[in-house]
Amino acid sequence: MDPLYAHGVDLAVVLITLLKVVVAFVFLLVATMFMVWFERKIIADMQHRIGPNRAGPWGILQTLADGTKLFFKEDLLPDKADRRVFRLAPVLAVVPAFLAFSIIPLGGNFTDGDGTVSIFGHRTFLQLADPPVGVLFFLAMSAIGVYGIMLAGWSSGSKYPLLGSVRASAQIVSYEAALGLSVAAVLLVTRTLSTNGIVAAQSGRFIVDWNLVVTGVVPAVIFLIAGTAELNRPPFDLVEAEQELVGGFNTEYSSIRFALFFLAEFMNTVTMSALIVTMFLGGPSGPVFGPEVLRSWLLPLFWFFLKLVLFLFTFVWFRGTLPRLRYDQLMDLGWKILIPLALGWLLLLATIRVAQHEGWPVPLAMAVALVVLVGAFGLLNLSVRAARRNREHEAEVYA
Amino acid sequence: MPELITFILAGAIVLVGAVGVVLLRHPVHAALSLVATLFGVAVLFVAQDAQLLAAVQVIVYAGAIVVLFLFVIMLLGVDEADDLRVEPLVAQRPLAVAAGVGILGLSLVSLFVAGGATGASSTLLAPDPAEANIAQLGRLLFTEYAFAFEATAILLTIAVVGAVMLARRPPADAGPEPLAPTSDAEVTDESEVLS
Repeated sequence: MDPLYAHGVDLAVVLITLLKVVVAFVFLLVATMFMVWFERKIIADMQHRIGPNRAGPWGILQTLADGTKLFFKEDLLPDKADRRVFRLAPVLAVVPAFLAFSIIPLGGNFTDGDGTVSIFGHRTFLQLADPPVGVLFFLAMSAIGVYGIMLAGWSSGSKYPLLGSVRASAQIVSYEAALGLSVAAVLLVTRTLSTNGIVAAQSGRFIVDWNLVVTGVVPAVIFLIAGTAELNRPPFDLVEAEQELVGGFNTEYSSIRFALFFLAEFMNTVTMSALIVTMFLGGPSGPVFGPEVLRSWLLPLFWFFLKLVLFLFTFVWFRGTLPRLRYDQLMDLGWKILIPLALGWLLLLATIRVAQHEGWPVPLAMAVALVVLVGAFGLLNLSVRAARRNREHEAEVYA
Repeated sequence: MPELITFILAGAIVLVGAVGVVLLRHPVHAALSLVATLFGVAVLFVAQDAQLLAAVQVIVYAGAIVVLFLFVIMLLGVDEADDLRVEPLVAQRPLAVAAGVGILGLSLVSLFVAGGATGASSTLLAPDPAEANIAQLGRLLFTEYAFAFEATAILLTIAVVGAVMLARRPPADAGPEPLAPTSDAEVTDESEVLS
């Protein structure tokens, strides 16, 4: 629980909460603006171009200019569109994107403090909300975000958007399972769902106590891949494969409604990077020193931003270097590789926990668990092959 | 007082959504109304300190099940102009009305027998500020109710296997005769649709 609400709610508490809402909102918008510019600039560098260079120093105001332009463009409504749903869809995409960010701890000294900072004499966490279900709240919001994409495609009354939205929802629903299982591995070792608790559990030694190491790297990699798919970013951007689908689910959108989808996509990218940092890289924790203002304000914020930019760069890097997957490759990767791997790894971690708790020799338990898991993977592989043989056989009979 | 305001707002969302599911003509609009209802119920759960239940409600029902409904509606294209006068199942409408009135009556009777709504918040999981809601729930599920939990898991597995069996193509020997030219055309059509 946030210590801010421990002594009842008075005017000061309400004002501090409002302040946090505004700061989180502005931070997310600015981060999104930065991310759009950052992506264009890095991609340009990777392709030996210059990229945006007109608006402001290094073209940093380009996003602002583009956003302003989109505001003043004509808002088109296709004849065959379902009007109400067509107007609702962009809102359903943006609102969950904003809400999901509210659970991210941005700062606070976790290394030798309790993660709280002092605002106007009140101790509080540097995060907007710390619900007891923490990470599940993020999953719930991304589940609601699916509606935005799905309804946008359907309500446009046009075939390419519909195909794009069906691809998107199938992809998001499939990868949510792998994402959830890698989250479960983190929850298993931190024993809490609250994002603040997850950061606090990783705040001991630098790097060694981060979940990245504690859970053994694999869940972090699975989370990164499934998260990229969840964001519909390259190499999983079949949703807006422009060679096949014009522009995907947002083909019929223009003006501010299109801008809202664009905004939601980049906000989700920022939130996903922040969540990876929170879950696997210890959030704002890192070496701190010096006076109070440095110790609990500036340094944790610096560490958080450093890690955040690292992952933002990774997403851009993926986009700059990896070719798009085919639809069957996408589904194979999700269902036949990531989900079994995440599930197996979760069982392995659970076995180690039980062995430690019961006092069994840990290496022996791990060896037995590994043998069982390898056997299970072998069986799975056999069944997948048998299914493929049957399919091919049936196809021959029918041909 | 905050509880009352939350209850009235969430209750209004639930009721408006539920009425919308019944009255809206377009199936997609009806499904979206259902999402509003589920969301309102999730808010009510939070107000009752059942945070895990609220999260699961949104993730599973709003995030997966209604998405599936929408998938079916969008892909199979349920027609808005479906003739409502044709009844596919004889007497289902009178039966539905009877069941609805019966359930409403039963809940009202039980409310009066219990002496009105208590207004007390969650009594099943005694609210223990030291331990999270989800921890208490997990402990109960994996100790006291482990058997019911495993039985549900098996039930779900059986349902998945059943669904896969139903969705499979008929076995090759039961297929139509491949020699006749007319049925041959039918078969290629079908395999195109299925693949």
